[in-house]
Amino acid sequence: MSVPPPLVKIRDVSKSYRRGSQILPVLQHIVLDIAEGAFLALMGPSGSGKTTLLNLIAGIDRADSGSITVGDVDIMSLSETDLAAWRSSSIGFIFQFYNLIPVLNARENVELPLLLTGLSRKERREHAETALQVVNLADRMDHYPSELSGGQQQRVAIARAVVTDPLMLVADEPTGDLDRASAKDILDLMCRLNTELGKTIIMVTHDPRAAERAHIIRDLDKGVLNDVSGQTPL
Amino acid sequence: MFLAKLLFKNAFRHKLRTALTVLGVAVAVLAFGLLRTVVSAWYSGVEASSASRLVTRNAISLVFMLPASYREKIRQIEGVKTVSWGNWFGGIYIDEKNFFPNFAVDPKTYLELYPEYLLSLEEKTAFLHDRKGCMVGRLTARKYGWKQGDTVTLKGTIFPGNWEFVVDGIYRGRDRGTDESQFFFHWEYLNESMKKTAPERAEQIGFFILGIKNPDRAAEVAAAVDRSFKNSISETITETEKAFQMGFVSMTEAIVIAVQLVSFVVIIIIMAVVANTMAMSVRERTGEYVVFKTLGFGSYHLAGLIFGESFVICLTGCAVGILGTFPAAKAFGDAMSTFLPVFFVSPRTVYLDVLASVAVATIAALIPAFRVMHIGIAQGLRKVV
Ligand SMILES: Nc1ncnc2c1ncn2[C@@H]1O[C@H](COP(=O)(O)OP(=O)(O)OP(=O)(O)O)[C@@H](O)[C@H]1O
Ligand SMILES: [Mg+2]
Repeated sequence: MSVPPPLVKIRDVSKSYRRGSQILPVLQHIVLDIAEGAFLALMGPSGSGKTTLLNLIAGIDRADSGSITVGDVDIMSLSETDLAAWRSSSIGFIFQFYNLIPVLNARENVELPLLLTGLSRKERREHAETALQVVNLADRMDHYPSELSGGQQQRVAIARAVVTDPLMLVADEPTGDLDRASAKDILDLMCRLNTELGKTIIMVTHDPRAAERAHIIRDLDKGVLNDVSGQTPL
Repeated sequence: MFLAKLLFKNAFRHKLRTALTVLGVAVAVLAFGLLRTVVSAWYSGVEASSASRLVTRNAISLVFMLPASYREKIRQIEGVKTVSWGNWFGGIYIDEKNFFPNFAVDPKTYLELYPEYLLSLEEKTAFLHDRKGCMVGRLTARKYGWKQGDTVTLKGTIFPGNWEFVVDGIYRGRDRGTDESQFFFHWEYLNESMKKTAPERAEQIGFFILGIKNPDRAAEVAAAVDRSFKNSISETITETEKAFQMGFVSMTEAIVIAVQLVSFVVIIIIMAVVANTMAMSVRERTGEYVVFKTLGFGSYHLAGLIFGESFVICLTGCAVGILGTFPAAKAFGDAMSTFLPVFFVSPRTVYLDVLASVAVATIAALIPAFRVMHIGIAQGLRKVV
């Protein structure tokens, strides 16, 4: 029986911040494999390093030591420019506060990451519209973020994250700013993206209700990773 | 296209702030343009002077005369084609504040040397044959409502008495830079009167204008003229018309430099204003720029957005300012026509306006763009959240 190699392979990753003469270790010797198609929830108390770890995996921050491989790319060895190109094609970002561009309407926001691809204007539009259909917002395409509810804005953000068809989605507290009903919608949507489109998802959350939707829950405490869930292998 | 639309939207996101900044740029460009135009009006005499004309005057000072007999001697000098001459008359029309330059000249040769003064053939003939005739620039004629055939009386200051002239011609300038405020009459008329009333002041000439065959040899010819009057009672200085005009301007050079300095100070002030606007806008939107970076947009995209926004603001202001400069210069020029008869916005001034705006836009965007380009994404995202 051959086990497929993991999509994300984290080996002995450490990171610390320096504040003046003080060195503040944030992540210590992290080892983590994430299989393709997994839905992983990263939990832990505030300040435990969840966001930091997620940022390292997504290539928007740099570790001090260790190695991170995504697919067959050693992302720690990429230059800033290559890393940016890799991010744009491989990662879909979902933030706690949606981070949409307020002067662009929903369709334009979703279209934004496609500007870095070779797609024509027409193709970009079509892709954006499809992505908005996936998140059930086809009727709000011309709305500006200020004209949408928090849950709707997060759905636009999710459409923006999937429109490039990335390898994986990273979400930092995607439901952190939403009421329970909207949060449920967002989680339902993420589950659908995981099961129907096969997207690998790494989600940082405080909320146990959100975490239990994931297949795997890992707990980060003071920079050290612990197992929590009964590891449902895929 | 998409990003262009975005930077336009960004530029006008904070409507009041942008409107005020655009207004500031417009006013600065207007002020800059007007001040530049004042400076070029100041130098208009120099600009309008011809390379093929030399001016010969008394070596001691312009207020000392030269003997009329020099005419023949100058004519014989190698390289000289035409010799004309004249006196500064300094006449006053009714009141001292009605100033316009007036000269007694030799009409035939003078008009030959100054083809930029345009008269109809009929006017020219009338003027050449009328001993008491005069020709006057249309700016001055319009100002005092003179028509062809009118009789105009000037009160002499250097040459006492009331002098009557008949307006035979009203000249137009061939070029925009031609001075249309001057008044010319027959030197012979002045000379004959002097012979009768003050014979010791007759046969005296204030300046000679020399038309030369080859402008490239101007310096040689000028030296030859001065050499031939060396050690005589009245030594001469001969220089190109440009150098001669420059001599007048340089007396007031300090003022011109001050005006130029102020025009640059205006630009520096508006630079600070635009830089402040850009710094504020970009700081408010740091989070959005970080999101762009997260999505994989590179430094050049971000710099493009920020510089583009700065350019939109500055060039809008510049356009408004330039459009305003023309009517403003017209009004200003009309009011100041006595002192600055040649007053128009030159293409060079418009180029400088655009150049200054581009410089302001670039410098104002420099620091914000640099900051955004160098902000770490992880760091930036923390600030957003
Ligand atoms: N730029 C920085 N300089 C110094 N310390 C930092 C910096 N960024 C993060 N930290 C520290 O690193 C630790 C981990 O931060 P991180 O944001 O990863 O925690 P987190 O688990 O995501 O917390 P939360 O649940 O509150 O979002 C915290 O103690 C934080 O104070
Ligand atoms: Mg966090």
